[in-house]
Amino acid sequence: MSLFATERPKSGFSFENCARNGVLEKTGFTAPTAVKTGTTIAGLVFEDGIVLGADTRATEGSVVADKNCSKIHFLAPNMYCCGAGTAADNDMVTQKISGELELLRLNTGRMPRVCAANRILKQMLFRYQGHIGAYLVLGGVDTTGPHLYSIHAHGSSDKLPYVTMGSGSLAAMSVFESRYKPNMKREEAMQTVRDAIAGGVFNDLGSGTNIDLCIITKDKVDYLRPYDEANIKGQRQGSYRYARGTTGVLNTTVKKIDYDVTSAAIKQLEVMETD
Amino acid sequence: MHEKVSRDEYYLSQPKGAHWYPYEDHGGTILAIAGEDFSLVGSDTRLSEGFSIHSRDHPHTYRLSEKTVMGSVGFHGDVLTLKKLLDSRLKIYEHEHNKAMTTSAIAAMLSTMMYGRRFFPFYTNTILAGMDENGKGCVYSFDPIGSYERELFRAGGSASSMLQPLLDNQIGFKNQGDVPHTPLTLEKALALIKDVFISAAERDIYTGDGVCINIITADGVRQERFPLRRD
Repeated sequence: MSLFATERPKSGFSFENCARNGVLEKTGFTAPTAVKTGTTIAGLVFEDGIVLGADTRATEGSVVADKNCSKIHFLAPNMYCCGAGTAADNDMVTQKISGELELLRLNTGRMPRVCAANRILKQMLFRYQGHIGAYLVLGGVDTTGPHLYSIHAHGSSDKLPYVTMGSGSLAAMSVFESRYKPNMKREEAMQTVRDAIAGGVFNDLGSGTNIDLCIITKDKVDYLRPYDEANIKGQRQGSYRYARGTTGVLNTTVKKIDYDVTSAAIKQLEVMETD
Repeated sequence: MHEKVSRDEYYLSQPKGAHWYPYEDHGGTILAIAGEDFSLVGSDTRLSEGFSIHSRDHPHTYRLSEKTVMGSVGFHGDVLTLKKLLDSRLKIYEHEHNKAMTTSAIAAMLSTMMYGRRFFPFYTNTILAGMDENGKGCVYSFDPIGSYERELFRAGGSASSMLQPLLDNQIGFKNQGDVPHTPLTLEKALALIKDVFISAAERDIYTGDGVCINIITADGVRQERFPLRRD
């Protein structure tokens, strides 16, 4: 790592720590686990466009790291992408491709197509042979109509009318397989996706808390976060506040700091409440 | 991905293959508190395996006698077997000695039963709670091979590392300077157990669905249940 703050860091991945990490692992040091999103994500094509859904739990092993994280990522005004797998990989990949799509829009003078986002994403993920753990549900509406893809970390993608990904994908897919019909109306499509994600939220331990929806049509995008607050924290009976002075003071030292007064002014300040 | 190894390393290494492993972790959290004239042992009611749920209503506490309740989590097969063996040993004792086993006697016996399986352990985290001979509440906590100790409070299971520090602070008054050590009442202990499980269910994926609290007093054992988040 460069010590000079003014030097621009090299772009792309840095493999500086790989040799050292390999040696550490051989000596028995267990590396920290990346935050995975556990996750239930789903998407379906309906009459007017696409409905994408996601839960909001991020896990670090068996501990919930984030109770309300956002898994529906912006790619373009007409395209959104749900991500399962490694949290950081999803954030970074979708931001990178979002930038590339904007450049594509500027260079071609057209709104980017969903198939373009699919191609760019899968070609990048294949290049990294699955080491970038991004499992995506990509949906959007372009001039050729609504399109939905599921993309795996190793670089394969499937173009389908309804898809699910993540640890809760089986629970969500069971809802889709029993209730999907082509050309559903908006309300029915939203309810079906909500129920599919709810299947994952309640029956998969890696998914939980709220259900977010994103409805993409030709004219507008409705990003509903949260769409359904399915799990609220229970009401606690006791109060766990500490009285002032609970933390004992061991000793107090007062030091005089010599300073010069350069100027004096009177300012009205907002007093900060700490209670 | 396959790492590069030399020919000798490959041929002299252990055979690789699928291996049967005798244990499985079925999750769950237990908590026991001993008071002046009562004892509480609570558990969540979720039984899970991997990322799936087996049951939303399967408490991890088991009544052994009028005065003793056992909480046990870990490998459910061993939890049930341990309960079965304890039940039969308790019955034999009652027939031979014409009285019920005291909690401290059950604890000592459980320790020897568990150490007997030192080289193929009961994969369980158990806590015994009950009334001792003097009518005071008591809690005994065990490790998988029978090491045990009498304590005032103990949390066990998947969320134990989240609950134990909170109990140390609220019941043991640790890190609280000169706060007066007010004795714990049954109502306050009950409220504490409920609140503590609500917090555990927020951050531990294996804890949730419901709480089942066993309240042991001189009058016997009674149960209280309340719901937790189901995600």
